[in-house]
Amino acid sequence: MTDAEPEALEESGAATDESGTEISAVSVADAVDDLSGEGLSGYNYAYLDEHTKREVRRAILKGIAIPGHQVPFASRPMPLARGWGTGGIQASLSLLGPDDAFKVIDQGSDESVNAANVRRLAETTADVETTTDATEADLIQTRHRIPEEVLDEDQILVLQVPITDALRKVDSSDAANRRRHAHANYGKMWVHLYENVVEWGEIQIAARYPAMVAGRYLMDPSPIPRWDVPKLDDADNLFVFAAGREARIYAVPPHTEVEPLAFEDEAFQVERFPDASCHSCGSTDTYLTEIETDEEDRLYVCNDTSFCLKRQDEPDLAKDHHLDREGVDWGPGTPGGPTVEGSAGESADKVATNGGDDA
Amino acid sequence: MTLLDASDLRRVYGDSCGDCVELTGDAAGTNQCPDCGAVVACADVSLDVEPGEVLGIVGESGSGKSSVAELLALERATDGQASGDVRLDGHDGNLLDADYETRHRLRNGAVGLVHQHVRDGLNLEFTGGGNVAEKLLAAGWRNYGDVRDRVRDLFAETEVPVERMDDPTETYSGGMQRRVQIARALATDPDVVILDEPTTGLDVSVQARVLDMFRRIQREEDVAAVVVSHDLGVVRLLADRTLVMRHGRVVETGLTDRVMEDPHHEYTQTLINSVI
Repeated sequence: MTDAEPEALEESGAATDESGTEISAVSVADAVDDLSGEGLSGYNYAYLDEHTKREVRRAILKGIAIPGHQVPFASRPMPLARGWGTGGIQASLSLLGPDDAFKVIDQGSDESVNAANVRRLAETTADVETTTDATEADLIQTRHRIPEEVLDEDQILVLQVPITDALRKVDSSDAANRRRHAHANYGKMWVHLYENVVEWGEIQIAARYPAMVAGRYLMDPSPIPRWDVPKLDDADNLFVFAAGREARIYAVPPHTEVEPLAFEDEAFQVERFPDASCHSCGSTDTYLTEIETDEEDRLYVCNDTSFCLKRQDEPDLAKDHHLDREGVDWGPGTPGGPTVEGSAGESADKVATNGGDDA
Repeated sequence: MTLLDASDLRRVYGDSCGDCVELTGDAAGTNQCPDCGAVVACADVSLDVEPGEVLGIVGESGSGKSSVAELLALERATDGQASGDVRLDGHDGNLLDADYETRHRLRNGAVGLVHQHVRDGLNLEFTGGGNVAEKLLAAGWRNYGDVRDRVRDLFAETEVPVERMDDPTETYSGGMQRRVQIARALATDPDVVILDEPTTGLDVSVQARVLDMFRRIQREEDVAAVVVSHDLGVVRLLADRTLVMRHGRVVETGLTDRVMEDPHHEYTQTLINSVI
């Protein structure tokens, strides 16, 4: 997108140097033409050089070995601005192989500009299949959401992370926070929660809900809604969190305990959508977003668009429909799943239908 | 049975030449080494505290009282070299050698410290209640209602207006902040509380109320305390036994009454005469 302007400039008048003589350089348009369609030529497989990929993979392995601990990595410049998913891309491209299917989600949508571009980059440089189906993908890169459909042990979810340290909310000093992590000293975050309850009567943290990983490290789960936090606990799949700007990688390995911070008597709660269902598919057990139409009607629709499309064809499709077993405990509202621990004992149905009264 | 036993406490700031301790002290009349310029904040300080006992430490400013208090409270040394041996009943080994996590756990449980400077002890952006709650939460309390009740009780006990507990601490008066610090230090029912200059910067009537409050709670809860003050009146009021410090050394120790009425050391005599 940003190429449009210089391209137009180049075409409107031939480039000249200071003395006014014409420079015989390839125009940007020609250069782009040269590149398009040639796929891998001129680039290493999956864009990054092999040393970089090994370095990223080593950081991921270290992250898996110490669940929730932030591991520094080199974070190369990528062909998009830091803060736009550069960490996620580096992790994804380091993990992808030619036989993999790749899905990219941006806040629940496969079709946002950023998601489409990241997907295209992987398609062109890593020669992978792309998909929008969460059950088909081997690797899913996501920003701010975890898919509604249950992920299995063969899948990896790469989350883009803008802010790596949950403690930065309560102390801006990274040096002090690193010391706190080293000593598992999370008193200040607990006071933050305490004062939250004092002020609001319940814990009011919309996204980036702090969670303890394996009882040791406090983790920022990236800006996923509270709805998605229970999905991190004892999941079958691997979660990789990558922050390009901050050059940090951390991970939640499969079947790791992830416990959102909460008090015994002020429990962690997911978002409540009282009496709302998806306008498109009618779901009541998915994370809904409110949209306003041109007629100024306010509607709720599923945030996870690919699952919403499936539900539109088959309204009763379970979130673990593709899995050959029962009782999958995956986030709130998994039909047939056991009660999600830590979500105020709300069962799947209660969250969806009368969750608003549970507070 | 001794509750707190400290021996050979020493803290030196600056690059020591090795002879600093011999070249400084009361006999030398300075705490700065004439050879290398290192400051011996305290050296050769040994003391013990029995359960429920209040030990006073007096001395002029710069005599090393606060350095001793920090060592006793297991505070992290930010600079200078510290050595010595601090033992607490029920805990193994020299606590000055303990790892950070152990010391952190002790400071959130068995040992409470009231800092000389409010900013060191309280987080002024937090609410007053939050500051006290931090101690409880760090010690593992996870029930909001329980934390709330305990904070409310402590506020009532330390005579801070309970209705102000949800206001930011920076809006509190100096006396209230001091009392919140005491509430915080007492929150987890510690075995011993270290008070570093508990009344500095307070006017006389507020001083009296803070001291009365602390003396009452100390008796009721039977908590041992080390009270560090330059103010002989404070120590006379609170302490059972007193240590007098000068130039980083203990120059006299004894029952508070004895030290006050019959001071042996020349410096103690001057100190007491200057007050009266």
